[in-house]
Amino acid sequence: MLIFILILIAAIFFSGIIIRTKSIFSGRKGPGILQPIKDVIRLFRKGSVYSQTTSFVFQIAPTVYFASVIMAMLVVPFGQYKGFISFNGDFIFFAYVLALGKFFSIISAMDTGSSFEGMGASREALYSMLAEPAFFILMGSLALLTGHLSFQEIFAALHIGSYITYALAILATFVILMIAMIENSRMPIDDPKTHLELTMIHEVMILDNSGFDLGLILTTGYLKFAIYGALIVNLFVGVIPYGYTIPMFFIIQFLVAIAIGTIESFMARFRMGHNAQFIFALTSVSLLIFFGALLILGKFI
Amino acid sequence: MNYISVSNNQRIDIQQIPEITYDLFFELNTGFIISHPERHCVNYYGFKISDKIKLICCIADDNTHEIFISSCIIGDSTTLIAFTSKLLCFEKFEREIHENFGIQYIAHPWLKPLRYPYNRFDKSKTIANYPFYSIDSEELHEVGVGPIHAGVIEPGHFRFICNGEQILHLEIQLGYQHRGIEQLFIEKKNLLQRTILAENIAGDTVVGHTTVFSHIWESLCGFQSSRDIQFARTLALEMERIAIHTGDLSAVCTDIAYQLGSSVFGRLRTPIINFMQEWCGNRLSKGLIRPGKNQFTFTQNLANRLNEVLNTFEPDFDEMCKQLFKLPSALSRFERTGVVSYDDVLSIGTVGLSARMSNLNRDVRLSHPYSLYNEFNHEPIYKRHGDVYSRVQIRKLEVKQSIEYIRKLLVNIPDYEEKAYMNSPKPNSFAISMVEGWRGEICHCAITDDNGDFLHYKVKDPSFHNWMALALSVRNNEISDFPICNKSFNLSYCGHDL
Repeated sequence: MLIFILILIAAIFFSGIIIRTKSIFSGRKGPGILQPIKDVIRLFRKGSVYSQTTSFVFQIAPTVYFASVIMAMLVVPFGQYKGFISFNGDFIFFAYVLALGKFFSIISAMDTGSSFEGMGASREALYSMLAEPAFFILMGSLALLTGHLSFQEIFAALHIGSYITYALAILATFVILMIAMIENSRMPIDDPKTHLELTMIHEVMILDNSGFDLGLILTTGYLKFAIYGALIVNLFVGVIPYGYTIPMFFIIQFLVAIAIGTIESFMARFRMGHNAQFIFALTSVSLLIFFGALLILGKFI
Repeated sequence: MNYISVSNNQRIDIQQIPEITYDLFFELNTGFIISHPERHCVNYYGFKISDKIKLICCIADDNTHEIFISSCIIGDSTTLIAFTSKLLCFEKFEREIHENFGIQYIAHPWLKPLRYPYNRFDKSKTIANYPFYSIDSEELHEVGVGPIHAGVIEPGHFRFICNGEQILHLEIQLGYQHRGIEQLFIEKKNLLQRTILAENIAGDTVVGHTTVFSHIWESLCGFQSSRDIQFARTLALEMERIAIHTGDLSAVCTDIAYQLGSSVFGRLRTPIINFMQEWCGNRLSKGLIRPGKNQFTFTQNLANRLNEVLNTFEPDFDEMCKQLFKLPSALSRFERTGVVSYDDVLSIGTVGLSARMSNLNRDVRLSHPYSLYNEFNHEPIYKRHGDVYSRVQIRKLEVKQSIEYIRKLLVNIPDYEEKAYMNSPKPNSFAISMVEGWRGEICHCAITDDNGDFLHYKVKDPSFHNWMALALSVRNNEISDFPICNKSFNLSYCGHDL
């Protein structure tokens, strides 16, 4: 319950902090932290316009997409405390309920019949497919390490003490951060600021969405960021009591947002053809974690 | 002699241009260019004389600083062998002649409408039924972009044929910006109106086009411009080059999503154009260049201000370039993206930056000097690879070079000279003028009638040839790299469409 509210609060500020960081690095003052939320509220007050070539898929997709992320939020724990739901293998549920939302956003993009949106959809499908092994090898290694199969048990049993666990935690943070960037179509995979349809991934898929639907999709994006931030927090909080974990939650979320803003300020986007290599390289980082886990368990002879 | 050789900004009587038969005309002009990389066609156009059409072809020789002009009279809607059958660089010119006068060309591979002028020959050809090159394939797909640009700049339609993410073919359809500039030059009788018209041929090359127009007008009138006029023009041309190149570097950074470069170069452009405002009251230099007079005297005060501006501009510019050109993620986007080979740029006859990127020598400042460029010992900047990296590098180096030239100019500021009297244009004359704008060679040709009024006025912006280079550059590239290729050329839509 607590984590649900924490994620909602973090989602309100997350995007604003990224934008503010980028503005400050480019020498501008930038909009207020709450501007993205104000935009969403504005969109929620509007109606939607639907193209005549689209079918019902296009109309339900934003809702399904939003719902899938809310579902995923339910299983996210907070250190030793469970989320709304917790069961063995809930991280698999987490990954595939997010994938379901993504599937709907992809077919709704295809539904518009626009050549741009088709391109965006195919890119999105490819990249999330390539990112999947990285997530599962990571979670699998953690499961192996702790001997548990649900998010809450894994994170509660995770103790960071020795050097090798520090290394694993840093690698895991990196992998989750990068998966968050891929899932949210941020730099260096995608450029959320561009106005050029040909280079977009996520933005081009929602070109036809407007008003309320667009608001839902944007909100979903903010929530997703906060969810992945919460996963990173979970790697560190372990069994620390509430009094410390709540400030820690916000500090880590804040740092993650600033890290994303910094990456986006001082880097160019990858060439589209190099994205696949980059994302696949994440899998090998996950494999390192896997071998680290084996090492700790003494499975290597 | 089948042709007459003139130099840049020279007026000749129209009768001095020899009229020859089309066969000779064909042999002569293709013969000039074939296996002479130092020569290229600067203008080839037709205009109506009663029911006949007069074709005029101007070939420039970069080594001898000459321009060879020949002409030919042909009947209305005849069928001719296309120059393009031998030389692809005539492709656009012949399409224009075909569109205006309905001349049928044999062996022209791409006889499609160009810009849909109001008085075109075949009115049934409209912008809506442009015959796109299409494919009949299950594997390939077409992507149409435009005519409304995503960044809402100028309209143009781009039709890609792609294999997945890879571009196989790009066809660019322009003509949305056609305003009938050439016709307006004839209709507007007032010199001020005409100058303002020249200023508005392409909004990013105000100084370039206005300088060419002023040169044409002055050579038609037999006016020798004083040193202070030439000084102002040279300075303004170089300032325009700095401003636009810096702005383009910013735009290229935006397209690769490099935020730091985008905002820093964007900021650096501002003091340069703000200085133009201090000088002439307009940030885009409108109102600065006028035929036969120096509208805004360049004073010592302005020179001190400009020195200040450049002294603060240069260190920041250097630092940002250093950052940009050592950033691996930026370099991986620039290098080997959008390559056009030397052979290709030569055969399609590109000019300016789009030629120099592939080691082809095209720079009017060197080959047909005007104003004060003789005094600089100008050395054009070349790159060899013809990719985005070369184009970005040339922009950077040209900005540095322009700063150097401006510093040289500022050492010795000429005094204001009283405005000399300018005659009206001489009747029955032909004049050609070329200026190196920041994008490349701008060429205007004017012909006067018995009263000294314009009989025909021809404008050629560098974009006219260079759009083809863009279409070639994106082949076999990823479609997501198209914006950066496009921006690295930064061609003009309205300069092409007129």
